[in-house]
Amino acid sequence: MQGSGIEVLFLGRNFLRLLEGLWVTLRISLIAVLLSVPLGILFGMFMTIKNPITKAISRVYLECIRIMPQLVLLFIAYFGVTRAFGWNLSADISAVIVFTLWGTAEMGDLVRGALISIPKHQYDSAYALGMNKIQAFGYVVVPQTMRRLIPLTINLTTRMIKTTSLVVLIGITEVLKVGKQIIDANRFDYPTAALWVYGAIFLLYFLACWPISMLAKRLEKQWR
Amino acid sequence: MEDKVQLEVTGLVKKFGDDTILDGIDLCVHKGEVVVVLGPSGCGKSTLLRCMNGLETANEGTILLDGEEISSDGKKITQLRQKIGMVFQSYDLFPHKNIIDNITLAPVKVQKRTKKDAEEQAEKLLARVGLSEKKKAFPRELSGGQKQRVAIVRALCMKPEVMLFDEVTAALDPEMVREVLDVMLELAEQGMTMVIVTHEMQFARAIADRIVFLDNGKIVEETTPDEFFTNPKTQRAKDFLHTFAYEKRRSENNNAV
Repeated sequence: MQGSGIEVLFLGRNFLRLLEGLWVTLRISLIAVLLSVPLGILFGMFMTIKNPITKAISRVYLECIRIMPQLVLLFIAYFGVTRAFGWNLSADISAVIVFTLWGTAEMGDLVRGALISIPKHQYDSAYALGMNKIQAFGYVVVPQTMRRLIPLTINLTTRMIKTTSLVVLIGITEVLKVGKQIIDANRFDYPTAALWVYGAIFLLYFLACWPISMLAKRLEKQWR
Repeated sequence: MEDKVQLEVTGLVKKFGDDTILDGIDLCVHKGEVVVVLGPSGCGKSTLLRCMNGLETANEGTILLDGEEISSDGKKITQLRQKIGMVFQSYDLFPHKNIIDNITLAPVKVQKRTKKDAEEQAEKLLARVGLSEKKKAFPRELSGGQKQRVAIVRALCMKPEVMLFDEVTAALDPEMVREVLDVMLELAEQGMTMVIVTHEMQFARAIADRIVFLDNGKIVEETTPDEFFTNPKTQRAKDFLHTFAYEKRRSENNNAV
């Protein structure tokens, strides 16, 4: 057994375990994205309301979430809030909550940006054609914002997938954790296991995110 | 031109904050009449047009279209706006729709006409402005002059009674100005009631039944185009016209040297 050590990946259920670990992060990210997108759209619309109070509220929310590292948010949610209020939140649920809060803030800011990038004259010419506010929004503003938003949303999804690797620190056995276990278990038989296992994880992340990035790029080109 | 008053503005005052943009405007536009509003930049010409279709709410005064008041309250204003077409300086076609869909969007969604009916009319109008072959193109594929002609067609497809033109050639390259102005001249010949804000003096003189000269939010002079351009009565109108006579003064100076 003096090979390169790559065999460690295929020992027993090792590779399957890595895939399962990846699925844990992907599942958290996808649930968080699915929740963040609609909430973010509402939040983005909320942010464009011209009212000092709503502006202040959205500002505070956005800045709090953005200034704080996601890791701190995770710790607050999982170790802080659950213990302080005696809630029995699982690590998975805490992670989904934190990443949804984060995704909503990010998505909201993207939506706000897309909405205010629609020139005022687009509204004027819609109104001048007799459209009411809802029609102008539905037929003129939303289709244009969608085009700007879809590539950005896809990028947000890949960022979400990468960032959710942090959940390992609140005890969720995701792909990195599984990798560590494999490396530790084979420390003596396969001293080079770390290279192969982390290499495989790199590849798995790449395969998960790359098609998504390509899709974003293509849509961006198509709608230019 | 008939005697029937189509658009009547009385005592119109519009303020933005402490700035009074329009300071008591009275103006009557008869059916089939072409009124050109002239004046230095910032004199309130565009604001006057925007008030006429309720894009801005007047602080005081009334605007009547066929005797119905234009106020900015919801349902009524959207019905009135269908009778007043407006074309803007920056064309503002909808970039996500092709030309024919740009034109038929409002007739179908607002006036609830059938797609077929709207498209037939749109094609007729496009043919009139010489753009039939562009109906499937997207706005970004058109030149400025073509976009502006489409914008005019888009407004016309709502079958308006009055058309408002807000400096529609100001953003165009000089060689494209003509094609847009020709469309407007043709409209005027067909008896469309029009209120035009423009900086094209020759065109103003050719198309107008009446010139309204605005300065500092007030109508300073209101007269026939020939009278206005050859024999303006007020000093401010003279000064304004002088700014367009630059070339002439220079050639006179050359002769003197």
